[in-house]
Amino acid sequence: MIFEVLSPGLLTTVQDLGRWGYQGKGMPVAGAMDPQALKIGNILVGNDPGEAALEITLMGPTLAVVEGEGLIAVTGAEIAFTVNDIEVPLWQSVKVQAGDTITLSALKGHGCRAYLCVSGSLDMPIVMGSKSTYLRAGVGGFNGRALKAGDRISTGPLKPLTWLSADFSCPEHLRPDRKLDLPLRVVLGPQDDAFTEKGLKTFLESEYTITNEADRMGYRLEGPVIEHKSGADIISDAIPLGAVQVPGHGKPICMLADRQTTGGYTKIAVLSTPDIAVLAQRIPGQTVQFKTISLEESIAATKAEREQIEELLRLRASYRSRRVIPVGSPKAKISERWALRVNGNVYEVIVEELD
Amino acid sequence: MAEYLEPKVLYAGDSAVTIEFGDSIDIKVNARVQQLRQLIERGQFTGVVELVPTYRSLTVYFDPVAVGDVTPFFERLKKLAADTKGEVPEGGLIIVIPVCYGGEFGPDMQNVIDHTGLPEEEIIKRHTAVDYYCYMLGFTPGFSYLGGMDESLATPRLKEPRKVIPAGSVGIAGKQTGIYPIDSPGGWQLIGRTPLRLFDPQGQPPFLIDAGMWVRFRSIDRKEYDEIALQVATRTYKPEILTKSGDVK
Repeated sequence: MIFEVLSPGLLTTVQDLGRWGYQGKGMPVAGAMDPQALKIGNILVGNDPGEAALEITLMGPTLAVVEGEGLIAVTGAEIAFTVNDIEVPLWQSVKVQAGDTITLSALKGHGCRAYLCVSGSLDMPIVMGSKSTYLRAGVGGFNGRALKAGDRISTGPLKPLTWLSADFSCPEHLRPDRKLDLPLRVVLGPQDDAFTEKGLKTFLESEYTITNEADRMGYRLEGPVIEHKSGADIISDAIPLGAVQVPGHGKPICMLADRQTTGGYTKIAVLSTPDIAVLAQRIPGQTVQFKTISLEESIAATKAEREQIEELLRLRASYRSRRVIPVGSPKAKISERWALRVNGNVYEVIVEELD
Repeated sequence: MAEYLEPKVLYAGDSAVTIEFGDSIDIKVNARVQQLRQLIERGQFTGVVELVPTYRSLTVYFDPVAVGDVTPFFERLKKLAADTKGEVPEGGLIIVIPVCYGGEFGPDMQNVIDHTGLPEEEIIKRHTAVDYYCYMLGFTPGFSYLGGMDESLATPRLKEPRKVIPAGSVGIAGKQTGIYPIDSPGGWQLIGRTPLRLFDPQGQPPFLIDAGMWVRFRSIDRKEYDEIALQVATRTYKPEILTKSGDVK
């Protein structure tokens, strides 16, 4: 398919799971702020979970399909989504074709980042192992920048699973729950010992408000000052994804996808992986609280989220679209689909009969 | 105390762990960081995603699902860390960075002359006389934190930072010297510029300098700057890399 951007929305960028492997060289990872939503969207359109899609922020784009046909799905934030002015459900794949207009307009519920996933993924150059856009250095994605009106984006070739996945919907229980007003879970460290007991208590018992300085790099929070023992400066070390950094002013900053790789401020804790996206879906003015959990509990939560992706892959393997269209040769017929589990990985096997 | 008796394992969330060797900027402490990095790279660790060496610690990013039980994983890292020694390898790599000093590329050279009381030729001589150790990269893609500048060159940062400093600019900030890999704002005193690209996303490899390497500046004139810049643009430039023991690599 080829899309033309009629209006770009507020900040629409190409993101996959990020540019890992170069943090030691000072290169930020970037990637989807809500990776779980990206993975689900990709599965719905027949892609591998980690492929590149459009990350949409607050106000979405309008796209015209100018060539070809394929599947699209929108996941993540609750955003108004129409095709040719007809409302389309989120968390479900839908077929679009040349002549269609896709509109993602305003948010109508929780969340602030939505993912528009397309069958065949986006045809973008792979820069240092990833298609993700890192805006500050102008690396990756669509010429290193956010989309503009008039841009044309192509998708890659359709995959065997594309049409078989048509209308496939993510069941409610596998959609990430971002609505809960539960505290954000953190694991203390690496520099929790730089804070007084009172400082730790303040951090874990106070309510913090998300300020307007909240972007892909990090979220600055406003609230009670967290007391250090003797200072906020350390010899620079690595900043993990989701780190809660507390500089000298005592207010926490949560470090997200586009964070710098290293920094010289104390980090009181690191968000549990699933809760990084929970925060990234919140907007300025909303409040957050923190709750400490053990490292083992945090790993268990991360594994549980990963297991949901595996479950969705299994469901897709057993899903049979009502509009099965042969793939490969026009005469090919799909006779069987299997879900195979080998060494813990789920493989989808399609048996195609060729004339 | 510079170096801990035993390396510390610091929790850094469910997908990273930091192994810290000391609490000072010390080449011997950093040598242990680089050694641990090499040992892990060679050691067939399941689930290791990437390694980030910094001044005095190594952060190991891992996939908690692939690692399984983290306790033995952390134990193994800690044991490896304890086996490292604070010795700087003798055959370290030196990358030569050609720099055109002063003139239009060094708009703050006069500030450095005024502050240090040294003439321009002497500043260039002292800036090119030593090999700088790269402790780590960070701040922006490809920015190397270099140690070892002649303290007589130390000059405070600009009072008013520049909005844009062109990539390749070589500057001084207090006791530090460094090279801007990409156009970025900053307050360093700019004394020259290199035609090399420290960060080239399409390059193989994309980064010229690695932590644990040495950097040597070589003074070039404007004519040579233009020649090298052309070779860099056409991707025909081969960076000059030497070893500490003197052989060309």
